Amino acid sequence: MKEIAVQCEGLVKTFEDAGALSGLNLLVLKGEIMALIGPSGCGKTTLLRLITGVTEPDAGLIVIGGKPVVGPSGLVPPERRRVGMVFQNYALFPHLSVAANVAYGLKGPDPHEKVRAMLQLVNLVDHANRMPHELSGGEQQRVALARALGPQPDVLLLDEPFSNLDAGQRVQVRNEVRAILRMGGTTAIFVTHHQEEALFMGDRVAVQNQGRIEQTGTPDEVFGNPATRFVAEFMGETDFLPGEVTSEGVQTEIGMLQPSNEISMGAQVDVAVRADDVYISPDPSSGAIVLAREFRGMVNVYRVRLPSGRFIHSLQRHTVQIAPATPVRVIMEPGHGLTCFSGSQS
Amino acid sequence: MADSAYVGRSAASNGLSRLRAWWVSLPGVLWIVGFLVALVLLLPVAYLLLRALGAGDAAWQELVSARTARILGRSLWLAFCVTLSCALLAVPLAWLTVRSDLPLRRMWAVLTPLPLVIPSYVGAYLMISVLGPRGLLQHWLEPLGVQRLPDIYGFRGAFLVLTLLSYPYVLLSTRVALSRMNPAMEEASRNLGSGPWRTFWRVTLPQLRPGLVAGGLLVTLYVLRDFGAVSLMRYSTFTRAIYLQYQSSFDRTMAAILALVLVLITLIILAIEMRTRGRASYYGGDVGSVRPAVTIRLGHWRWPSCFFCAAVVTLGLFMPAGVLLLWLVRGIRIGVDFSSLLGAALNSLVTSGAAAGLSLLAAIPVAVLSVRHAGRASGIMERIAYSAFALPGMVVALALVFFGAKFARPLYQTMAMLLLGYLILFLPQVVGALRAALLQLSPSLEHAARTLGRGPLGVFSTITLPLTWPGMVAGVVLVFLTAMKELPVTLMLSPLGFSTLSTSVWSAVSEAFFALAAAPALLLILLSSLPMALLVLRERETIA
Repeated sequence: MKEIAVQCEGLVKTFEDAGALSGLNLLVLKGEIMALIGPSGCGKTTLLRLITGVTEPDAGLIVIGGKPVVGPSGLVPPERRRVGMVFQNYALFPHLSVAANVAYGLKGPDPHEKVRAMLQLVNLVDHANRMPHELSGGEQQRVALARALGPQPDVLLLDEPFSNLDAGQRVQVRNEVRAILRMGGTTAIFVTHHQEEALFMGDRVAVQNQGRIEQTGTPDEVFGNPATRFVAEFMGETDFLPGEVTSEGVQTEIGMLQPSNEISMGAQVDVAVRADDVYISPDPSSGAIVLAREFRGMVNVYRVRLPSGRFIHSLQRHTVQIAPATPVRVIMEPGHGLTCFSGSQS
Repeated sequence: MADSAYVGRSAASNGLSRLRAWWVSLPGVLWIVGFLVALVLLLPVAYLLLRALGAGDAAWQELVSARTARILGRSLWLAFCVTLSCALLAVPLAWLTVRSDLPLRRMWAVLTPLPLVIPSYVGAYLMISVLGPRGLLQHWLEPLGVQRLPDIYGFRGAFLVLTLLSYPYVLLSTRVALSRMNPAMEEASRNLGSGPWRTFWRVTLPQLRPGLVAGGLLVTLYVLRDFGAVSLMRYSTFTRAIYLQYQSSFDRTMAAILALVLVLITLIILAIEMRTRGRASYYGGDVGSVRPAVTIRLGHWRWPSCFFCAAVVTLGLFMPAGVLLLWLVRGIRIGVDFSSLLGAALNSLVTSGAAAGLSLLAAIPVAVLSVRHAGRASGIMERIAYSAFALPGMVVALALVFFGAKFARPLYQTMAMLLLGYLILFLPQVVGALRAALLQLSPSLEHAARTLGRGPLGVFSTITLPLTWPGMVAGVVLVFLTAMKELPVTLMLSPLGFSTLSTSVWSAVSEAFFALAAAPALLLILLSSLPMALLVLRERETIA
């Protein structure tokens, strides 16, 4: 079994407005990248502040690298926690050069070599004497990363680090960052509200909602077997179709669907249906109608109204073109079981 | 690995360990120092209350009399008018000298804050000697048949003198805010389709608000506590009434009652200020650091703007200086003895410098707590610091004389007592300047420094201090200048035989020996101009 890098248990932090934590548990293993995802206001930033130590929880326990930093033995101040952080706004010190920013956290007689090594890692050696405001967003990002990694923290926190970058840079920078973290075997907690980013960056993904972690698992687990309705909706475009459990599967208005989880016979359930599992083809006799097409480049997403008035989404190749108002037949061939949640909500 | 029982216990024993952590942490030290500072600041109010409570019915009668109501009305009206006109003068001046291509911009930048170095009693006296009955102006106009000039005494004179002397408070704080502002916000506004005027009103001005409010508050309180100008202009606001009361009778109770009312008004003003402050935070750049702003071309407005600066500087600086020189020349002609001047100058420098340093040290905990640990307790601490500014120097002096005579005999009439008086008087100025600077520093910079292994003190000295020192220097310079020209406290708390420039001026003026007053007054202005000029030059460096 792998060593535990960060352990949070029963963290409670009360706020009047958004961002409160209500008994949060999280376990991060050594050397893994944990992608922490959740909607804004779910308390992601609060959690990071508790781990770095600039805020203290109302109750709960935090252990970093086997050493309790919040708990019965008192509080360890931020500077002695060995937690690095890359800020959303980078928080580069505007009065210090790139090299001085990186050197800021380094101890020892000769940080010069180390600064050079860190700048080499992020490929910015020739920018060492620039000031932060002379750098592009992506370069500032890399300086922030080099600065945070310099003191070799036990865990590196990244707070929505790519949110200030444009789309093109974003993909490139996140690849670079992932490679750098991998190279050093860095333990990292990566906070984002982009599901795609979380699935790409994380060895494991933790989905946070309303001050709690709702599910932790590999990207495939969290995407394929969501533990709650919220996770199902948040991790991918999901529609919920009510149905009744029979011996052959779940009977819904678009046909018999196979559940992936254990459910009791005769129960009313909602089946989580993702757009990529739904196939549609024009059929004048069908009661389902295409309402709109959302063109996303490589794919088209069709919004379809079922005879019951419910909506469902279908993801098709960009070559499949169906005009709005066309009646279509809805065909389900997922090739895998679908997650069912008990208690129809409508 | 910890089990759940361990977690359960943690909540129970967290209290004690948290307390222990609190004592050794920097916020703990800050709270202790801040608390002590607040206690010292409350000392004069405690004295006033003691006096008032001891007086009984007579005090109550005085409190509700029509006379008190008239004094109240005069004080508030004067404070309102002066503050408004100061803002109207200072905002355009700040903008012109920081952001525009005004001709001779650097020179105006140095000259416009200088009226600050003129003591209000000197300003009032010089204005009377020019515009008053039988003054210089009438003397010059007499050949043209002018027999009488409009009366300068009363509201008119007090308003004019106080506006011209105190607008630099708003100017300096607005300028610091302007130079620290992220120009990207203005660019964003222009980009969103707003013209330059709309951008100024909707984006620039709201962002200047912390600085503007801090400066405006200083002016309002300056007027409410001013003694020299209103006395010479014979406009009976609270301070003059208190002084007359104190002079005419040996009963200090009445003075204490009026002073308490004055303190109450200030507290009300402070409450209004707190409500209008708004909840927005004013950190500079979110991404990276702040770029220098683009200079805005004035076009046709170049010369009218230049004329505006010239007019303000002439009225507030050149005219008083010219009149002073006139008196100086007359003094030399009649053979006045200037030998005592050097010692007085040295005394002024030393005491003012010490007062500035002391105020900075005491202000740092209060400002840091109110910005970074905002809450009820730190809010109260900040209010106490501000309310201390409402105490007229005369009242602080009285309170400390009383306190010294009764409870601190060894300190009575020593340098320590004088510095304590200065500290109580000047702390709010430094707190205001520090707050404005700290509000624009993004907390994530300090957070980042903590995660990089620096303790609270290390973060303060390597990040907070280097990034906020323009604001700190502004605060310290303000204190230094104000201490130089301070009169009532210096007069009453100085050790026996200890004379400064300001007491030399006062004794000469009060003996109507105007020629003798001219030399120390001029020296005072010159000495005070040096740090001010340095400050303005440094300010330009950081902008350019």
